[in-house]
Amino acid sequence: MSAQVATTTVATAVPLLAVRGVKTYYGNIIALRGVDLEVHDGEIVTLIGANGAGKSTLMMTIFGNPRAREGQILYEGRDITHMPTHEIVRLRIAQSPEGRRIFGRMTVLENLQLGATIADPARFEEDLARVLRLFPRLKERIDQRGGTLSGGEQQMLAIARALVSRPRLLLLDEPSLGLAPLLVKQIFAAIRELNEREKLTVFLVEQNAFHALKLAHRGYVMVNGEITLSGTGRELLKRPEIRAAYLEGGRR
Amino acid sequence: MSRAAHPGKRPLDILAALKSAVLAALVAFGLFSLLIGLRTDQGPTGALVLTERFGELGAFVAVAFVGVFLRELLLRDKRIDIVRFVPPVVTAAARRIIPFVGPALLVFALVVPVMFFHNRYLLDLSIQILTYVMLGWGLNIVVGLAGLLDLGYVAFYAVGAYSYALLAQNFGLGFWICLPLAGILAAFWGVLLGFPVLRLRGDYLAIVTLAFGEIIRLVLTNWQSFTGGPNGISGIARPSFFGLPFTDGEGGFAATFGLEFTPTHRVVFLYYLILALALVTNIVTVRLRRLPIGRAWEALREDEIACRTLGINTTNTKLTAFAIGAMFGGFAGSFFATRQGFISPESFVFGESALVLAIVVLGGMGSQIGVAVAAAVMLGGFEFFREFQQYRMLVFGFAMVGIMIWRPRGLVATRMPSVFLKERKIVAAEFVAEGRG
Ligand SMILES: Nc1ncnc2c1ncn2[C@@H]1O[C@H](COP(=O)(O)OP(=O)(O)O)[C@@H](O)[C@H]1O
Ligand SMILES: [Mg+2]
Repeated sequence: MSAQVATTTVATAVPLLAVRGVKTYYGNIIALRGVDLEVHDGEIVTLIGANGAGKSTLMMTIFGNPRAREGQILYEGRDITHMPTHEIVRLRIAQSPEGRRIFGRMTVLENLQLGATIADPARFEEDLARVLRLFPRLKERIDQRGGTLSGGEQQMLAIARALVSRPRLLLLDEPSLGLAPLLVKQIFAAIRELNEREKLTVFLVEQNAFHALKLAHRGYVMVNGEITLSGTGRELLKRPEIRAAYLEGGRR
Repeated sequence: MSRAAHPGKRPLDILAALKSAVLAALVAFGLFSLLIGLRTDQGPTGALVLTERFGELGAFVAVAFVGVFLRELLLRDKRIDIVRFVPPVVTAAARRIIPFVGPALLVFALVVPVMFFHNRYLLDLSIQILTYVMLGWGLNIVVGLAGLLDLGYVAFYAVGAYSYALLAQNFGLGFWICLPLAGILAAFWGVLLGFPVLRLRGDYLAIVTLAFGEIIRLVLTNWQSFTGGPNGISGIARPSFFGLPFTDGEGGFAATFGLEFTPTHRVVFLYYLILALALVTNIVTVRLRRLPIGRAWEALREDEIACRTLGINTTNTKLTAFAIGAMFGGFAGSFFATRQGFISPESFVFGESALVLAIVVLGGMGSQIGVAVAAAVMLGGFEFFREFQQYRMLVFGFAMVGIMIWRPRGLVATRMPSVFLKERKIVAAEFVAEGRG
């Protein structure tokens, strides 16, 4: 029901995150050719697209690394395009980056402590208990090194690490990559729970279009550095071009 | 080559073994033909005389040939694994002893001057070892924890030594005032080095820091009017026991405490001084590791991008690592100056940086005990093999290669996590895959 409340307020409120005409380059090569999208408070928004479309580049551009050469990124209406990455994080935007990037030689607990870098240290115990409740598997492995976790556990750790700082907006880059279907279900269920219970806004980048569109309130499709389609998750799932490009045969 | 082709059981493959042996012999010939085969000596007229030593060259090549032939034939795929030679009982016992190694070493370090009061040579060696332990621990912050490969650490050692010497000489300041000043100055230089290298990693960083070390040394050598140039600075104030000089007669340390005067008092004092300084370095490092900044250093070593996405200010994190590492180098430099009473640029050559780095790497990057043990083994080894003279470096080289083959992560390869939810437990290096995410 909370999801419905969120969608009804969408049209009027200032979006939590707005990307306006963003162009990002790697040297001379253009990776984002003017991207526009919005994420509203309380929504799950997904961005789908093929390999190399520029999804991860957009995630990193929101974090200022690489920086957008043109266009604007607004958070609660405030321009964050030129803000240093570590200050953007302080606005309570968290990210679980592509490839998980957990600290392999450090224990699960140390990884989570690092996730709480910007959080109030006095509330760490509470924050820790909260994410461990969400991913009980991590609790069993709390003193184990990150590098020795299984792929699924590493992904849980990456998400948990992003969550300990109590973000308002969570950016997830391909959390389902390389995971068994059952684990993907678990992780997506966790995302939904966070969104419904804690009103966490989620921006989810996925190649697993079927699951992502089913989970999300709204979705965008990126092709070659541009947004080509957008709509509610259900609408996009019905589009024949999406079925052809992202779903046929790949429905898992 | 054929190894990959037949991974399973294989008949004696004499031909393949011969091939490898010939190859090894060729490599040996190429390597040694100039090194061993030709020798230049100073002749009676002072000119160089070339002597040929084909016999020795032949022996080296033959040894390479036979050695590789036998290895291929007899051992083939089996790698020499030193761990297998150690019975499990010993390993299990070692596991149990590990927590007591640190305290035992500390107690031993505390009683060294009492046990060896009359062995001046050993006391001097111990002081030198402790100086390198301290330098190793200082560099360990930069290299071991933050993962920033610094080949110019000796620069901070030099800055500390010259700061103390110049402050003491020009302003007549005492050791205890100069010590923090020298540390602050070294830290300042650490930040100065840090700024231009913020974007560099790995080998690029190594080269720039190497150059930095050389620049400092060259400036010290050439700035005659300020640093005394190649002649260095002599007559640096010796340390006093909180105002009591270590001299014979009235008002000296011995007289005040009613002891018989002996120069060893000063040596023992220096010993405890460097021990205290080294322990401070250790305590600060261990403390910092548990604080957010220490965690950030270790995280930075693992993944800089992940650090940024978690809100860590990587610029400040790197600069503090450089600054704090440099500060301890500066403290050690001050100590060096007051101990020697004389310093010159010759004490601060690249070899020193390399030695300290070797101590950190051999000790197992990031391990405090490992660094201490490595410093003792290296410097003790240097002394022990002094009699072998020209073979000393050879033995040293073999030892390094051996350690890198059998313990590629250093003597103490276990990283102790800085926090635990329940009880402490050690995760050995064997169970840790290469830090991949
Ligand atoms: N660091 C980089 N340097 C140069 N080109 C890059 C870099 N990272 C990504 N690219 C290029 O940018 C494009 C978009 O990549 P990416 O954002 O990773 O795509 P996606 O996440 O959608 O698979 C690709 O063509 C890729 O080759
Ligand atoms: Mg990607």
